[in-house]
Amino acid sequence: MLLKNNSQRLFGLIIAIMLLICLMCASIVYGYTDTTWKMVLEAFRNYNGSNEHIVIQTVRLPRSLIAAAVGSSLAIAGVLMQTLTKNPLASPGTFGVNAGAGFAVVLAVTFFSVGNLQAFTWISFLGAAIAAIGVYAIGSVGREGLTPMKLTLAGAAMTAMFASFTQGFLVINEAAFEQVLFWLAGSVEGRKMTVLTAVLPYLMIGWLGAMIIASKLNVLSMGEDVAKGLGLSTGFIKIGAAVLIIFLAGGSVAIAGPVGFIGIVIPHVARSIIGIDHRWVIPFSGILGGILLLAADILARYIIMPQEVPVGVMTAIIGTPFFIYIVRKGFNAR
Amino acid sequence: MSEYRSFRILKGKVSFLIDKRATVVLTVLILLAAAIFVWSTGLGDMKLSPLTVLKVLFGGGTDMEKLVIHDFRLPRIIVALMVGMSLAVAGGILQGMIRNPLASPDVLGITGGAAVAVVSFLAFFSDQNNALTVSIKWMPLAAFAGAGIVALLVYFLAWKNGVSPIRLVLIGIGISALMQGLTTLMMILGPIYRASQANIWITGTVYGSNWANVATLVPWTVIFLLIAFVMARNINVLELGDETATGVGGRVQRHRFLLLLISTALIGSSVAFAGGIGFVGLMAPHMARRLVGSTFGALLPVSAFIGGILVMLADIIGRTLFSPFEIPAGVFTAGIGAPYFIYLLFKTRNG
Repeated sequence: MLLKNNSQRLFGLIIAIMLLICLMCASIVYGYTDTTWKMVLEAFRNYNGSNEHIVIQTVRLPRSLIAAAVGSSLAIAGVLMQTLTKNPLASPGTFGVNAGAGFAVVLAVTFFSVGNLQAFTWISFLGAAIAAIGVYAIGSVGREGLTPMKLTLAGAAMTAMFASFTQGFLVINEAAFEQVLFWLAGSVEGRKMTVLTAVLPYLMIGWLGAMIIASKLNVLSMGEDVAKGLGLSTGFIKIGAAVLIIFLAGGSVAIAGPVGFIGIVIPHVARSIIGIDHRWVIPFSGILGGILLLAADILARYIIMPQEVPVGVMTAIIGTPFFIYIVRKGFNAR
Repeated sequence: MSEYRSFRILKGKVSFLIDKRATVVLTVLILLAAAIFVWSTGLGDMKLSPLTVLKVLFGGGTDMEKLVIHDFRLPRIIVALMVGMSLAVAGGILQGMIRNPLASPDVLGITGGAAVAVVSFLAFFSDQNNALTVSIKWMPLAAFAGAGIVALLVYFLAWKNGVSPIRLVLIGIGISALMQGLTTLMMILGPIYRASQANIWITGTVYGSNWANVATLVPWTVIFLLIAFVMARNINVLELGDETATGVGGRVQRHRFLLLLISTALIGSSVAFAGGIGFVGLMAPHMARRLVGSTFGALLPVSAFIGGILVMLADIIGRTLFSPFEIPAGVFTAGIGAPYFIYLLFKTRNG
């Protein structure tokens, strides 16, 4: 790891938070409509209803907040998922969240001709929750309850099943394909503030909950038997973590569609910088996730202006080289 | 505990422990695969009884029956079988080599590389009227090249005094995410007609297979499957972890490279001819593990046949259930495979 003691870690955390705030501001200022930092200040101090001010208040601000919130939530959900399954390849998607949400949206588009983004929010949240509960239920069949292995396998199987159904509907129904292709790529563009405020309570419960159980997760990651021996009620913690993942990842997919990569990669990056203590990894991952999604979203506006690249694509494009560098450098001697 | 019998040739260079239970399971699966093969050949717009099919296969039947079976059905069914076997075995090898139950052809970015190659192929060789400027026959080559290049890229990026499984897989995730991003990007930027065509390819289909494909695919697949079966005992060793594997005399790096090469060859050929059929590579080995345990000598052949059966069944459903529409086989591999796998999870509760 890069940061060796707690004061260094605190310092790292503060720098990351500052970077996050800078990027949030940058996200409000830069984009297709030409705006300046001064204009942004004016838009909040004395709003005059000009075109730029409207853009700043109703388009850029929600977008910036959403990118930060979704990025953080996905990264934290990723940490929880990797701890719960004890598998470095796990991501919120492994829990069936994205596949379930995608399937629900495609169903809604195909059978009920639902077409607007606002309606997608609750449909996808519901789909994500149902899929995740299904995975949890199948994973905990049997005497010893939920084991990491069974959870992983059940998740992978359910994800594959939902994904294949989605794929099937899209192949049959090309009109729906056109409509949901952009949603399926994941994006934080064009979402209204109401979408965020509707889902924000769930995300906040997720963030706080994850911080509260962080120390318990440290114990859980030592293995089931050890954790039990140390007096941890593992069943309770696992259910708690699962609920938090549903809130965090389900909420994110509801707002932004399935954004991959962050949930699987950021936890590794965070661990390699700050160590494996969940009390540090969880907040640090959250902030890094927000940073990556914000940065990706800002760049996504510039590459093929005036069109936009889906942010899910951008996260992979800018995140991968950095991730490969980290893996090769091998901060974490695993 | 079932009984084992050992089998050695070439002074022990090639040796197997033959597990009796696994032999039974394998025999059942082979018979099942053969039955499905014949049954599938009889299904379609023109229904033929299994007996007629057998008659045609051995040279009898009317001209019409011969035409339908030889020219339309056999090639795609053979391709389905081969592709299923390849993907399942490749998945099994990767899971053993990386020691992670989530490893699959997609995780290492190999299928992703093929997808990028195909989407770029469709994008760059189209003119204004969406017509391809070069023959579609070159698409398999593009896919194979994409798969191969990405596999090598992942391997070399993961190389640092040797390749450790965790580094291999983490780099694989990164590259595969990148490939997925590029694919989506090209699909969104290009015309929707191409995106839809690419989507069918990504889902995976054996539609339109012909004898030329079979002639290329079969020898390739059979050779690499046999090599994989012979190498199986080395995967057993690799699965013990690097230290133990070195301790018992395994040449870890060399075997890891060879195994990756074999899986890439198998995956590359199957994505070339059938696109990104998912699920089989991930789940067929797990199904096999529930049936015969995790010794790779038994696991690989059993997962091969499970994979073959899955893809053949998926293809049957895809071309008959919604006839006259063709649904890509890749849609149904998970659709029929996942419920069965979940059933297996329930059945072996304390496995």
